[in-house]
Amino acid sequence: MGPLVVYEYISANTNLLMAFIIGIGFGFVLERSGFSSSRKLAGMFYGYDTTVLKVFFTAAIVAMLGLLFFSLFGWIDLSLVYINPTFLWSAMVGGAVMGAGFITGGFCPGTAFCALSIGKLDALAFIGGLVIGVLIFTEGFPMWEGLFYAENMGTPTINQLLGISRGIFGLLLILVALGMFFVGEWAERKFPREEY
Amino acid sequence: MSEDRSRKYINPYIGGVLLGFVLLAAFFFSGRGLGASGAIKSAVVKSVETVAPTHVETTDFYKGYKETHPGGPLKDWLVWEMLGVLVGGFISGAIAGRLKFKVEHSPKITSKTRIIFAVIGGILFGFGSQLGRGCTSGSALSGMAVLSLGGFITMAFIFGTAFALAYIARKLWI
Repeated sequence: MGPLVVYEYISANTNLLMAFIIGIGFGFVLERSGFSSSRKLAGMFYGYDTTVLKVFFTAAIVAMLGLLFFSLFGWIDLSLVYINPTFLWSAMVGGAVMGAGFITGGFCPGTAFCALSIGKLDALAFIGGLVIGVLIFTEGFPMWEGLFYAENMGTPTINQLLGISRGIFGLLLILVALGMFFVGEWAERKFPREEY
Repeated sequence: MSEDRSRKYINPYIGGVLLGFVLLAAFFFSGRGLGASGAIKSAVVKSVETVAPTHVETTDFYKGYKETHPGGPLKDWLVWEMLGVLVGGFISGAIAGRLKFKVEHSPKITSKTRIIFAVIGGILFGFGSQLGRGCTSGSALSGMAVLSLGGFITMAFIFGTAFALAYIARKLWI
């Protein structure tokens, strides 16, 4: 049955309309959760506000379990869902550069647009930086092309790598997340502060 | 303080569940996850093409991008999704009374410093998102939901590096 666009239940243009509607939901939930505040986002790295941890891992787990159940019910064909390919080196270096950008700029791209929508001018500056950063990448592409394509592993899933089923890995991820939430709640009590 | 907090923002676990449903909807309808940096790339390529069309025609990277994205930004899923994000964020901000032009920064730094570091951070994040094939939404969050190994690696390196550099950058935030 799903994904609906792959089975042509909905047209390409309807898919773009769905993107817009899903985006509204995305922006609304981000803002409602406080992701429009850079100091709140950065709080994650100082322990005074672990909202990012809680929202991020809860969302990943809910979507992961949702996909698992949908596939068990025959509602979605997981082989037709896009799985991000793994290029080992670029995933690590790219992630590290993004982490440096996160702690310096206080946003990631999605949250910056969310913050801009309520008038945060630091988010506008961050987005200006994003455009420059993307332009540097596209213009200088031959320079990092080797790194970009290095160690292509295809589209492995982490449970395949560990040799366990999706369900067992899901259970482990939930247990890990619960442990982290516990630490997060503890840290917020230890480093209290006013809400931004 | 806790009462004030609950009035201002949603409980983060409930926010996470809702975000998970939004992500699940993206998979169910469109067979793909959420994203953000891809929309910027789409806009950047279009802008470069408008300003310097011959440059785009003669550069391998842009030629390759145009072949895989034939419709341009207006046919790009992520562009429409990000336009939606602006609308959704605005609606939430309006309901909560948070619509206000301001530069948010730690009392220890000036607005100017904050803006400078926001631009630097943006440059790093923009570059890193292209190298890492997606940002926190597209690679880390959506990748984790489909159990992509790369998604977990990118997530670990984003948060790991940010934690590692947190002490150096502390004046910016606390």
